[in-house]
Amino acid sequence: MAAYRCSSPVWLFILCSFSVFIIAGSEETPVAQEQHANVPDNPQTAAETAEQTEKETGGAEERRWEGTEVRDAATQKQAEPVVLQSTPRPKDDFQEELVVRPLHSGDIYASFQFRTLWETDFMRGNKVSHYRLFPKSLGQVISKFSVRELHISFTQGYWRTMQWGQPYLPSPPGAELWVWFQDSVTDVDATWKELTNVLSGIFCASLNFIDSTNTVQPSASFKPLGIGNVTDHRFLRYATLPREIVCTENLTPWKKLLPCGSKAGLAVLLKSEKLFHSSFHSQAVHIRPVCQDWQCKTTSWELRQTLNVVFDLHNSGQGKREWSLFKMFSRTLTEACPLASSSKIYIDITDNPEGEHFELSPATSLLSQAMVLGDRRTFSVYDLTQQDTFGSVRSLNLLIRWKSTEGDMLRPLLHAERYVAGYGLQTGEIHTLMYNNHPYRSFPVLLLDSVPWYLRLYIHTLTVTSKGKDNKPSYIHYQPSKDRVRPHLLEMLVQLPPNSVTEVTVQFERALLKWTEYTPDPNHGFYVGSSVISSLVPSTVAMDTNSTQERPLFSSFFPCKEESSYFVRVYTEPLLVNLPTPDFSMPYNVICLTCTVVAVGYGSLYNLLTRSFQIEEPSPGLAKRIANVIRKMRGVPPL
Amino acid sequence: MKTHLLFNLFATFLLADGLNIEDSAGQFFSSGHTNNWAVLVCTSRFWFNYRHVANTLSVYRSVKRLGIPDSHIVLMLADDMACNHRNPKPATVFSHKNMELNVYGDDVEVDYRGYEVTVENFLRVLTGRLPPSTPRSKRLLSDDRSNILIYLTGHGGNGFLKFQDSEEISNVELADAFEQMWQKRRYNELLFIIDTCQGASMYERFYSPNLMALASSQVGEDSLSHQPDLAIGVHLMDRYTFYLLEFLEDIHPASKANMNDLFKVCPKSQCVSTPGHRTDLFLRDPGSVLITDFFGSVRKVEITTEAIDLTEPIKEVEERPANGDVHKEMHSYVDQLPVSEIIHQKPKQKDWHPPDGFILGLWTLILLVFFQTYGIKHLRHIF
Repeated sequence: MAAYRCSSPVWLFILCSFSVFIIAGSEETPVAQEQHANVPDNPQTAAETAEQTEKETGGAEERRWEGTEVRDAATQKQAEPVVLQSTPRPKDDFQEELVVRPLHSGDIYASFQFRTLWETDFMRGNKVSHYRLFPKSLGQVISKFSVRELHISFTQGYWRTMQWGQPYLPSPPGAELWVWFQDSVTDVDATWKELTNVLSGIFCASLNFIDSTNTVQPSASFKPLGIGNVTDHRFLRYATLPREIVCTENLTPWKKLLPCGSKAGLAVLLKSEKLFHSSFHSQAVHIRPVCQDWQCKTTSWELRQTLNVVFDLHNSGQGKREWSLFKMFSRTLTEACPLASSSKIYIDITDNPEGEHFELSPATSLLSQAMVLGDRRTFSVYDLTQQDTFGSVRSLNLLIRWKSTEGDMLRPLLHAERYVAGYGLQTGEIHTLMYNNHPYRSFPVLLLDSVPWYLRLYIHTLTVTSKGKDNKPSYIHYQPSKDRVRPHLLEMLVQLPPNSVTEVTVQFERALLKWTEYTPDPNHGFYVGSSVISSLVPSTVAMDTNSTQERPLFSSFFPCKEESSYFVRVYTEPLLVNLPTPDFSMPYNVICLTCTVVAVGYGSLYNLLTRSFQIEEPSPGLAKRIANVIRKMRGVPPL
Repeated sequence: MKTHLLFNLFATFLLADGLNIEDSAGQFFSSGHTNNWAVLVCTSRFWFNYRHVANTLSVYRSVKRLGIPDSHIVLMLADDMACNHRNPKPATVFSHKNMELNVYGDDVEVDYRGYEVTVENFLRVLTGRLPPSTPRSKRLLSDDRSNILIYLTGHGGNGFLKFQDSEEISNVELADAFEQMWQKRRYNELLFIIDTCQGASMYERFYSPNLMALASSQVGEDSLSHQPDLAIGVHLMDRYTFYLLEFLEDIHPASKANMNDLFKVCPKSQCVSTPGHRTDLFLRDPGSVLITDFFGSVRKVEITTEAIDLTEPIKEVEERPANGDVHKEMHSYVDQLPVSEIIHQKPKQKDWHPPDGFILGLWTLILLVFFQTYGIKHLRHIF
């Protein structure tokens, strides 16, 4: 009996374990296939072959999935055929690159660019909810505020064009924000105010100080950098905060927007202690719609995060003309970001074709040429997605060692300066100088000046002179300021004659602010934002006009429409002016003085008038007082 | 037989486990709070007030280390010391001389900085009356089960605290703000620490329940700074916060240290001033209040024995490409500097506004004079 009872549970057990084994065995293979399908996604070295293998494995997976379905129809629900097709091709792509350019003054310029491309439509009805490489905070900002283009930059330091040449991505000192809205926005100013508040929370910056007193609407500058055909400037807003400080608290949220964060790839080099101990540091975020391919039939959203830094020879370089990744960033590279489809380092060796000026180690055989800033430059390329770049030590520390200090720099073709002339605290004059260093070509520049309302410009004193003669601008747009509401906006299209200096001067008068409008440190002065000079500068070589995407990132930022010139934007210095500042200790001093006068003057007079005098006997000595007490007790009159 | 035995064992185990769960659930609800917030404010501007920023950043560092996330910390620094041009080591703020400890770190998020640190913004953060477009990181989104730590440092006097050398907050305003918070149920318990001269005067006027306050000096005493660093050139920390930081460095998230230990921080021999504290408005006994109730964010985990079914696969909705979109137009980039277009640009149409002010008055005057001269009935001869 016991044996009989024991056998049936044993059979049941064997059957159960067998069915479990079958199920486990069949479930393993689809999981393995899925993992295999995901691996070719990430470094997409050859897009087509990867796609093909994907489809194949997806097809095989599909077949296998259907096989298990037949067996386990009871436990699993019917899946729709649409989902069972090959795993969808990921629609977003991430690339990172670092360009290192040695400068003639011994400094070194490093420019990081991180680009995420995403084929999606934020403006359609259904909300985007699955974010993979594109950061969710920015995606929500784009869809909520109907943003067509967003450009924000935080810069510490001033770019010295004459010593360093032109930057790949220009930016003014402080914070700068300019946004193109979609034409579906009805109230642009209210949307702009909300957008600045939201961005101030995302980037930990005081962008909420952007309001109507420092926002302008340029009429010809700042055309959209992305694709589009409508350029109604009613949807453009531009603001700059020259006083804005950039520090680690702005870098931290910026790094968090990257897909790999600061854990892998080029972003591990971004350590704040080294980045802020530099002559120039600028980080920016640019969002715009771009063409997906050379045919340009569909658009995708591009997010570029750029970081430009110039390390000083004496501060960070300790005077020795030898730069390495470890010396610049106190880190070396160990791997590329696994989510990146391309991860490259470019070193500019145009001035060093035979290796006579500096030596680069570890040596690399990859070379690349790119048309950037009107010149054909040669670069040594390090591809971080290849394992052999890292060598046997598994870490890459590029070293650039100088052998000779010769060589001079080509003068940049366009350069600008600005300063305040005059004396005293009542009037002054703003001078803007634009240098055209081309020997025989002249080119037009568009100058945008936004001056705060408390410097009252006298536009009738505006003069534009080149080589001593008057140079009439072909286009002037001036919007006068309104006290406490709007700043001045001056836009001019000036033709710069070859090899000349053009000077734009305008006189102003300083206003007296209300005492509550002064900052807590008014004796520091008040800032006037940089002027922006946009120009099409003639290039020495023919520029590449077809907008394919195989170009390195640093050469494909500004769209190029013609071959003979390239677009450049130059920012001048911000100005610092002193306004007539009242003495803030005045109320305290007045109260002290008034109270003293009242107490001494009026008090004495009051006493004199109201005091009455009485004659009083001097008090007798102690013995007499005791005697008087005894006499009083006896009832005898006192002494 | 064996199955019966197994079943009994299993049942007793479940029962014991159940009792344990109830016990821990009871402990979970005894401390009263479910989340932690911190509002850390430095109110001084200028380079020579480096120590106030270092004070605030030390408390920020401890609070972050003990578990409160950045989203629950409102950090207000009135001036930037780390990237100040006078700082010989940029992006660092040191609390110990010889540059031992960088309290600024690599992962700091400052919510209010520079000119944004004003009395008005501070009170708005506390009471929650912020403009609607304020981002979440700048708000104190506490509820009635939140324990809040408020730390203020700067220059102060008898009954006031100076903000940015241009305005003050008085102890009456602060007490009223806390009362507003109590009435709006914005805190469960609040710990207020202040490190300024005559700091005890700031908590004299509190009258809302569940407030505990600590100050670095009594009325009539000055709080002194700790030590200068000759390379940086300024005093790095205030004494009270220096010893508070040393005390907090020994606390870890599972620590059982309580408020009585916190009251003993920085006695008169180390601080020169007499730190004070106030616990009469606090309902619990300070000896039973853990340091991590305010400085840390200890999450209590409740273990459940139910099973959740996760076998159903998540279906990703495939975006169907829009049909009939075969012929898409070619997009192109915009010309960056279209010179001919700009020169021939028509002036943009400005929106018409009705005349106001002076123009309106002038026209009214002209019309009045006109009608006065000519009279209404003669107008038909003119027109």
